[in-house]
Amino acid sequence: MMIVEAILLTVITASTPLVIAALGELVTERSGVLNLGVEGMMIIGAVCAFAAAQVSGSPFMGVLAGVAAGAAFSLLFGFLTLTLVANQVATGLALTILGLGVSGMVGESLVGVPGVKLAPIAIPVLADIPVLGPLFFKQDIIFYLSIALVIGVNWFLFKSRAGLKLRAIGDSHGSAHTLGLPVIRTRYLAVMFGGACAGLAGAQLSLVYTPQWVENMSAGRGWIALALVVFAAWRPWRLLAGGYLFGAVTIGQLHAQAFGIALPSQFLSALPYAATIVVLIIISHNRRTTLINTPASLGKPFVPDR
Amino acid sequence: MRIELERRPRQSALFAIISPLLALALTVFFGGIMFALLGKDPVSALYSFFIEPLLEVWSLHELAIKAGPLILIAVGLSVCYRSNNWNIGAEGQFTVGAITGSILPIIFYEWHSPLLLPLMMVMGALGGAVYAGIPALLKTRFNTNEILTSLMLVYIAQLFLDWLVRGAWRDPGGYNFPQSRSFVSEAVLPEILSSSGRAHWGFAFALVAAVAVWFMMRYTLKGFQVVVLGQSERAGRFAGFSARGMVWFSMLFSGALAGLAGISEVSGSIGHLQPSISPGYGFTAIIVAFLGRLNPLGIVASGLVLALTYLGGEGAQLSIGVSDKVTRVFQGLLLFFVLSCDTLILYKVRIVFDRARKLAGRSVS
Repeated sequence: MMIVEAILLTVITASTPLVIAALGELVTERSGVLNLGVEGMMIIGAVCAFAAAQVSGSPFMGVLAGVAAGAAFSLLFGFLTLTLVANQVATGLALTILGLGVSGMVGESLVGVPGVKLAPIAIPVLADIPVLGPLFFKQDIIFYLSIALVIGVNWFLFKSRAGLKLRAIGDSHGSAHTLGLPVIRTRYLAVMFGGACAGLAGAQLSLVYTPQWVENMSAGRGWIALALVVFAAWRPWRLLAGGYLFGAVTIGQLHAQAFGIALPSQFLSALPYAATIVVLIIISHNRRTTLINTPASLGKPFVPDR
Repeated sequence: MRIELERRPRQSALFAIISPLLALALTVFFGGIMFALLGKDPVSALYSFFIEPLLEVWSLHELAIKAGPLILIAVGLSVCYRSNNWNIGAEGQFTVGAITGSILPIIFYEWHSPLLLPLMMVMGALGGAVYAGIPALLKTRFNTNEILTSLMLVYIAQLFLDWLVRGAWRDPGGYNFPQSRSFVSEAVLPEILSSSGRAHWGFAFALVAAVAVWFMMRYTLKGFQVVVLGQSERAGRFAGFSARGMVWFSMLFSGALAGLAGISEVSGSIGHLQPSISPGYGFTAIIVAFLGRLNPLGIVASGLVLALTYLGGEGAQLSIGVSDKVTRVFQGLLLFFVLSCDTLILYKVRIVFDRARKLAGRSVS
């Protein structure tokens, strides 16, 4: 395999969790809910996926467990912010703090245990295409899922009736409620979808990216996913592109370190975070376009009057 | 079965006091269940976690050492959150404050002067403020989200510190350990009651800051501006207050306090710079601020409670052999319960059983 191909392969592996987690948050935010707990849901997904794969011996069970754990964990957030109308920013932070704590505790006995890697699935015929084949058609199931999810979410949001309703709820929950749309129920489902995606992203980290359990192994990716949603202006295809851009920056700094670039390794490690800030500046500086794209009810509490 | 909320005509003063206590009680209760699940006797585990650290004088000193930075940071954050600015990068401002405050004792390590310590504190606070000024500048100038930028800056600050203590600032006589020169005695924050324990003046800074901010919020125009702009930017504009100015004020102020906490911690408790200087004080302070109901005096109490979770976690690790991760779990649980109990202040919560509702509906029609 050529070196370029190997690098591109690692870029894909690094981008997939970002794309999946950000996509889930995109749907959540489109419904008008700001869930800052992505990092927490991701790390819970990672530890549960790893543990389940260990116990069952099957990485597929791990993937399922990661998704289920992320969705279940997001219900905590849903209950507080949707039913009890707690502050969404603070509750999201609580979810992250609790997630990091619980995953550290659960995962303590898993540190250093050799993991099970999710095996790639070669798609017949397509996998034989030179260069593109090994890159896109000889990947693990989570990569295929990530592409399917981008297509599916894009179709759902902009082509389906249910998606239209979800966007209406995110843009004006008052009017949507008056029209008889189920604001709270839709938001619960959107929050759970976000949690399931974050859990899947976490499973990718502990079953594909580095098949082992390391404490805090999400390393701020949940926050980068949140920035990606802003970067993508709440649109799935732009999000896919942004996710790969970030994956390329992350991998670029790793390879730069391996090639012995003169910059200290810490500066290179800081690159993805610095890149996030730069991207946020570029995207946000035009106040008008940000206002047009942001779901109008984002982060605002909703209490139905009866 | 469903839960319905009904807005109270005015905030419940009773629940404003009960809600944090209820949250504490629930946290302890669920903590007990957690210990039971871990196979420990819940009563004795809770005892060694929450009571034992309070029984000895030296350990009360340790409590003050941990509560100091928490209170100092949280008091600054409360001003931010009240004004609806979401600085969640206090951990980074803490780190940068520790670095800028350490410039004098590390680079000019032969300088002995009574001026050294005050200068270090001022430089630490300035460093924290400047670092918090970055998200403020980006928010006012480019309209970026301060939650994400302040948080990204945490990772950058920690990596910068790591680079400093492994590279440029590594102690030449330190056998290659990743740490800086030890501070000279004039650069060390003195202990308050050195005969009984290690607590240093950082705790006093925290108390002074809490009282000062309490006074500001209650009696000054600035405090009034914070509250008005936080509740409604529109109303604030009509009153002629500047929302942009408030972003700057609240971010710089909270950054300065976080920076002061950083240099106090390094100069008072550690004595040199090293790769890790905080067990997550900047993030835990967010919980402290909320548990204290964003009131500076409440924050003093809640800072002591959260400091106890750190101390209890360390103690429980030794005495009953549970992981120190338990601390983080307790902290997360506590924030959850605080937020859910706060609902009771603004709303009446009713549990509605669908059958009863259907029957009621029938009798109306």
